[in-house]
Amino acid sequence: MEKNIKFVQGNEACAEAAIYAGLDFFAGYPITPSTEITEHMALKLPQIGGKFLQMEDEIASLCAIIGASLTGKKVMTATSGPGFSLMQEALGYAIMTEIPCVIVNVQRGGPSTGLPTHASQGDVNQASWGTHGDHAIIALTASNHQDLFEITVEAFNLAETYRTPVILLLDEVVGHMREGFVIPKPGKIPLVGRLRTSVKQGVDYHPYLPREDGRLPMSDFGGVHRYNVTGLFHDMWGFPTDDPKSVHELHRHLIDKILNNVHLIEKHKEYYLDDATTILISYGSSARSARHLVENRRSRGELLGLLELQTIWPFPYGLIRKICADARYVVVVEMNMGQILREVKIAIDDPEKVFLANRIDGSYITPTDIRNILRLIQGKGV
Amino acid sequence: MAVRDYLRERFFPHMWCPGCGHGTVLNNLLRAIENLKIEKNDIVMVSGIGCSARISGYVDFHTLHTIHGRALAFATGVKMSRPDLNLIVPMGDGDALAIGGNHFIHAARRNIDITAIIMNNRIYGMTGGQFSPLTGYGKLATTAPYSNIDHDFDAVSLATAAGASFVARTTTYHVKQMADIFQKAILHKGFSVVEVLTQCPTYFGRKNRAGSAAEMVENYKKSTTPIGSKASQENSDLIERGIFIEKDLPEYCGEYDKIIQKAMKGK
Repeated sequence: MEKNIKFVQGNEACAEAAIYAGLDFFAGYPITPSTEITEHMALKLPQIGGKFLQMEDEIASLCAIIGASLTGKKVMTATSGPGFSLMQEALGYAIMTEIPCVIVNVQRGGPSTGLPTHASQGDVNQASWGTHGDHAIIALTASNHQDLFEITVEAFNLAETYRTPVILLLDEVVGHMREGFVIPKPGKIPLVGRLRTSVKQGVDYHPYLPREDGRLPMSDFGGVHRYNVTGLFHDMWGFPTDDPKSVHELHRHLIDKILNNVHLIEKHKEYYLDDATTILISYGSSARSARHLVENRRSRGELLGLLELQTIWPFPYGLIRKICADARYVVVVEMNMGQILREVKIAIDDPEKVFLANRIDGSYITPTDIRNILRLIQGKGV
Repeated sequence: MAVRDYLRERFFPHMWCPGCGHGTVLNNLLRAIENLKIEKNDIVMVSGIGCSARISGYVDFHTLHTIHGRALAFATGVKMSRPDLNLIVPMGDGDALAIGGNHFIHAARRNIDITAIIMNNRIYGMTGGQFSPLTGYGKLATTAPYSNIDHDFDAVSLATAAGASFVARTTTYHVKQMADIFQKAILHKGFSVVEVLTQCPTYFGRKNRAGSAAEMVENYKKSTTPIGSKASQENSDLIERGIFIEKDLPEYCGEYDKIIQKAMKGK
């Protein structure tokens, strides 16, 4: 078989990956710079018997896919900052009710309408803490289309495994950039399907009673088990409760199912880290410039390395601590005021060796930008 | 099947106040479903937030108690992915027409086959008696302590203008009519809206000196009249009840099936 090579925007790569992952229901609302995902779904989903909905706004889009997921579908929505802000209440609902779904946020510059067509990574913290209440979330990102394809499939797999919404935190550069990539043969990337209950009809099914491994087998709406789903704290039947023991247990379950599995969830890439004395930490499109610089300086003998994060949340504190232990300088490269920088400082023993190389003006951060900041850090002057 | 077979008695007693009209709505809804002999597994009830929304917890269907105002958006997702299921969405007046107003008009515009019930008690009960978009000018509420200057929506006119293909109004006094309308609304293929005037003696009633629960129910007899009745022509203050709109229009899920056929052919 010939290789299925594509040369398209990252948004389209993401949409193709979702279909590869088994997506059969998408709802969305037009917003730059994510609209191409929605357009692609409108075109492609009915061709495979899937369903596409253009809703009246972004929160309605997320609500609609949550409803569809409950009937057993693999679901996704895509948006950008303002739409992601509007979705936050429904995101909390999906967390509380443990509904698998994938939410793509192709970041633009913010706050507010900000810079719709420009580069930014300003929604890192929002992805974790945008919705109210204590909780845990999974957020992934990618710097190139091949990785984006794989990480999108991974987002669907994690959503099913942990019964949780997964955020795909892309950015305008990756979303709009055209680049070649190969669509893997069907089956090459393993897919995780819906874990359904084996409880027979007529036997009491407890939709919110976790198994020993923490997973909760589901029963499709419209199937043989009728149960309640609510955003209130609930008992094993899904019925509202304020019993402190039940509330405590559910709260811990929602957080522990993700934070106790960081080692299984976490994905990253390492470039020249073995002997690096200066380590760049980056993610998304920023990591492209960081990698370019690292390879450029390596050819001149500088001991520069790159850790590219693909899992943003849950944050891999243990990994960062280990990798950066012997580094002289750690430089976080990102297009915000240091949202990952803060986590890196928390992760490592000597936070004074951690620096920020950033841009917040809507311009894409270049290798030269990073190089100039490196020279300042190393006391060489620009 | 008896009405009580549709209830989750494990979760009773319910949390509604004595004299609340919502129980009457629940009763008649279950009678309608019983008459239609719909299998419990074929019904999904989706609700939002508020006193009305708690109705979904008490019924033995697939039940989705969601977030404030967005029940119809969730229901749209369920219906689109499983068009064979019956979707019933009970909402409060604030839930449906304030925070949920946008979803309401767009669900109506799509004519998606969902039965939307607006349990209109003219107040936010769960939060303790604030005015809603249906409270009405000159009424009192905890957030209108001097007098409400917000004008109300006419839910029937709004639903009609938005494109709902079945629109009706009834009250907790007219229980036979309520069950009958629910039956027709559920059978109707398209977006159906039933506004039920239901009493809140605890907040709306007390604030506005509307009397006891029984007096409030009795008042629905006096303040309403059948559509196009002689009384209605003589007294425009009377609220009309009955079925205002019942028409055959292309239903959304059926329309999308045609899109799938078109897309598969062109592939």
